[in-house]
Amino acid sequence: MSTTNNPVLDAQNISVVFGGLVAVNDVSFTIPEGSIVSLIGPNGAGKTTFFNVLTGLYQPTSGDVIFDGEYITGRAPHKIASGGLARTFQNIRLFGMMTAQENVMVAMHSKMSAGVWSTTFRTKKQKREEAEAKEFAQELLDFVGIGKTTHEYARNLSYGDQRRLEVARALALRPKVVLLDEPTAGMNPNESAAFVEFVRRLRSERGVSVLLIEHDMSVVMQVSERITVLDQGQKIAEGTPSEIKNNPRVIEAYLGKSGSEASQNVN
Amino acid sequence: MAEETKAAAPAHTSSSNTKWAIGFITVVLAIYAINKFYLPTAPVQVKTFFNSWFSLTSMGEIMIYILMALGLNIVVGYAGLLDLGYVAFWALGGYVAGWLMSGHFDQWTVNFFGNPPAGLPNGIHLNFLLVLVLGGVFTAIWGVIIGAPTLRLKSDYLALVTLGFGEIIPQVMVNGEDIGGFNLTNGTKGINPVDNIKLFGYEFGPFALADKFLIYAALAGLMIILSLRLRDGRLGRAWLAIREDELAASMMGVPLMRTKLASYAVGATAGGVGGVAFATLIGGVYAERFNFQVSIIILSMVVLGGMGNVWGVLVGATLLAWVNNTGLVQFGNIINSATGKNIDFPSFNFLIFGVLLILMMLFRREGFLPEARVRLIMHEEEFSEVAVVTDDIEVEGVHHHEHN
Ligand SMILES: Nc1ncnc2c1ncn2[C@@H]1O[C@H](COP(=O)(O)OP(=O)(O)O)[C@@H](O)[C@H]1O
Ligand SMILES: [Mg+2]
Repeated sequence: MSTTNNPVLDAQNISVVFGGLVAVNDVSFTIPEGSIVSLIGPNGAGKTTFFNVLTGLYQPTSGDVIFDGEYITGRAPHKIASGGLARTFQNIRLFGMMTAQENVMVAMHSKMSAGVWSTTFRTKKQKREEAEAKEFAQELLDFVGIGKTTHEYARNLSYGDQRRLEVARALALRPKVVLLDEPTAGMNPNESAAFVEFVRRLRSERGVSVLLIEHDMSVVMQVSERITVLDQGQKIAEGTPSEIKNNPRVIEAYLGKSGSEASQNVN
Repeated sequence: MAEETKAAAPAHTSSSNTKWAIGFITVVLAIYAINKFYLPTAPVQVKTFFNSWFSLTSMGEIMIYILMALGLNIVVGYAGLLDLGYVAFWALGGYVAGWLMSGHFDQWTVNFFGNPPAGLPNGIHLNFLLVLVLGGVFTAIWGVIIGAPTLRLKSDYLALVTLGFGEIIPQVMVNGEDIGGFNLTNGTKGINPVDNIKLFGYEFGPFALADKFLIYAALAGLMIILSLRLRDGRLGRAWLAIREDELAASMMGVPLMRTKLASYAVGATAGGVGGVAFATLIGGVYAERFNFQVSIIILSMVVLGGMGNVWGVLVGATLLAWVNNTGLVQFGNIINSATGKNIDFPSFNFLIFGVLLILMMLFRREGFLPEARVRLIMHEEEFSEVAVVTDDIEVEGVHHHEHN
């Protein structure tokens, strides 16, 4: 794949300690611009925690995050998000009582400008802005394949559609990088297979780099250009899919624990 | 279930808004017409009936309560922030009218399109419309001053701080008679009279109650428009998103503090405008009227009507304001004369509203006219807890650790 070597996101020596627990231990990690990379590892390895550091939800105990050439460590989450680092959640966190369209439009907040005054008096500018936002929301809903759900409440959507809506909402930030936390959880094998294609379209059609946390190994192996493996907060391996497949430490981390956990992860 | 919820999907149809708006305007005009054209020549019994059950003063008060309840609705219903001290904004607005539309500051003589009483030019007498604006701006500033440090707090603490604010401001007014020799508030005696409204050369004197009513109805109408439009715009979406999931909202680029502050400021403005209006309605400002009960009554209006729903809040405000200013007195009189007792029913208003609030929370949290979306979740068991505990506590799977 033709990725440049410029990292759009560069996390340096990140550690996160919760009380006595070292959830992430000195992990360095980059996302080359235009790439699709994955973060894998057993449950509790620290993957979601790592995401939470990148998006500003947690302060790292030590380490730095550089996004798009700027230090973003310690920056407010909403600024990181509006700066172009978007995410979805492992446990879906949509605005359930808002429509699909409204969910997507919430993420356009930072790119819009209407205030109390212009909204109350429906100025020309405000009306144009709203109309454009609605159009863009529809474009994104169509893109993720739920274009008919525009006016349905998010909480009434099927599980799969909710996951799609989360992606559409993330894309509304016009991000440079999208972080997807276990996006295929709960999908059936057919949907997972289609998801591989979807991630590629994310890059080719929306021009984003993608970081994936994923348990479904077939998805990971098909879609990723590089894979980073975490185990108990540590980075234990990094490389191309075929390198990872044959890495003894990775095999040990997954199989050495217990086969049952590995299968639980996939559920 | 699926059928039902899909049918309810379009969140707020503009056709139902139109119906409600027509209904509101019709009622307002009917009240105006009856009082202006019919009652002056009506039989005495009819006059007495209207004056005791639907007096213009009480109707004007209802309009002002609608305005204020809709203001609180933006804070509580839209953004999901509990505010137990809303009365403070009402009080501040009232005193703005007291200061700028009366002879209170008689060391100065200012008249800017104002209406000083004949022969008494001393004091500050600004134009009513200007004072409305200034009252709104003044309380908005106070909203930000109070909100900025407190909106970072978790919701329980926010409730406590707002409660304190609602207690402190009226206390300051009660004790503001001598601040280093300066009489700011005239203490418990209050400030009166507040000037009659005078607009474009027409004076709304003591007997122009019907015309005054129309002014207050117009203010309520403006607040309805503002509420409906804001809800469907950029800010309204951000408020609702914060109400639903603050953390997710921030992850979608919504600045929490700024957005919450905006809701607080808009709510405060409505309280302030309501305060100015009320001062002109009763022709004075009295510190003891701004008590905790008022905060609870206005909150009850929002809850009773259905948090978030503009029309529901309007109905809630109308009912409760009427019960409070007329119903309790009238029904109390009837009961007293029937039983030969002498119970002071109006003094039980606080008890009644408290009980009502608790019953609503127990049996009908979504209010009587809930917003479609609120109705949806409130009737599903799994969600009812989550919706009321508005912070980000949630039932999570085994390996989910996204909050905090
Ligand atoms: N907010 C938190 N407080 C305390 N411990 C946490 C918190 N978030 C995560 N952890 C712990 O950090 C470890 C890594 O969790 P997580 O990042 O969710 O793993 P993964 O996403 O790889 O399954 C787990 O042991 C988890 O219990
Ligand atoms: Mg995780």
